[in-house]
Amino acid sequence: MKELLELYTAFFRIGLFTFGGGMAMLPMLTKEVVEDKTWATNEEILDCFAIGQCTPGIIAINTATFIGTKRKGAIGGVVATLGMVSPSIIVILIIASILSQIMGYPIVGHIFAGIRVAVAALVTESLVGILKSGIKDWFGVIFYLVILAFCICVTNSPILVVIAGIVVGICRIKLIDKKEEKK
Amino acid sequence: MYSFLINLLLLMFEFFKIGLFSVGGGLATLPFLYNLAAKDYGWFDTSTLADMIAVSESSPGPMGVNMATYAGYHAAGIIGGICATIALAVPGIIIIIIIYKFLEKFRNNKYVEGVFYALHPAVGALITLACFQVYKSSFLGTREFFIQPLHLAFFGTGIDIKPIHFALFLVIFWLKMFLAKKMNKKIHPVAVIAAGAVLGAALGL
Repeated sequence: MKELLELYTAFFRIGLFTFGGGMAMLPMLTKEVVEDKTWATNEEILDCFAIGQCTPGIIAINTATFIGTKRKGAIGGVVATLGMVSPSIIVILIIASILSQIMGYPIVGHIFAGIRVAVAALVTESLVGILKSGIKDWFGVIFYLVILAFCICVTNSPILVVIAGIVVGICRIKLIDKKEEKK
Repeated sequence: MYSFLINLLLLMFEFFKIGLFSVGGGLATLPFLYNLAAKDYGWFDTSTLADMIAVSESSPGPMGVNMATYAGYHAAGIIGGICATIALAVPGIIIIIIIYKFLEKFRNNKYVEGVFYALHPAVGALITLACFQVYKSSFLGTREFFIQPLHLAFFGTGIDIKPIHFALFLVIFWLKMFLAKKMNKKIHPVAVIAAGAVLGAALGL
């Protein structure tokens, strides 16, 4: 019970300090889940994003469910996700009625512009950490650059990228197997 | 009362569908919401949707979840907001729990390991791109970032960076990444966000 409560409050804090799309949760997620609680490693967060990118549902929800399930089974998944969405429900329901008026004040715009700059810096730091733990050798560097180029020049469909990752991953294992057979 | 319940059920059904079919980040829900606005439920129209995006982007919580709460609130009040959000989350919860159970069994399988080995750099690339989306809303102008080199070549105008925003970004990044490490201290992300809010108000960004 205590652990479920911990899951809920941790993801409540993550939800509360995520400003923007799913990637904006990364700094708080690594702080709470990887550094403070050691519930997962950076690599497992990458696993999680890989799965979250290509399965139905909002990434933030998928990630919360994944970490929660890892920690405490299916109930943990549900509790973590509830924690993640609670701040949204509370905040939006409170401010939706008055927000249109608040948004009229220029100072509110300035504050959120400042927050977005801070989030950009935080996300960059998380990105560096994630890339460091996800790319281990030359294969990783090259594959990363190829996918990045593909996404910029052709299409950045996450599903295509994940399919490419699966195909290349399986081919790589097959190739390694063949080499070992020859030996 | 009866019609309110029917309305609520319809709302939950629609957001369950959005949760089931939107693949990717929070913005993946957008096309579905535009679709809903076009339908004759009378929940919200496309112009309120534009407000919703602005509000969702600049309030706490992941954007996709905020959008669901806001849209549900517009459609059926506070209960609508809660029901829409939960309906949106349910498909993801079920699917991820099933996938997790599957992975638990096969994570040490040679092929699954190989797949994740290749997926890590691939997803790293996706996260890098998502990071540029974050830059776009913080210190880049409205123009497409990756079009810039082409833009420069064809039109002779440079990259559209807001100088004060960008300078602040560099300062915060340097403080968080290098100075804190040198002094062997870690700055909590919330402190950084709070500092951003104060600086934003003070500098009038």
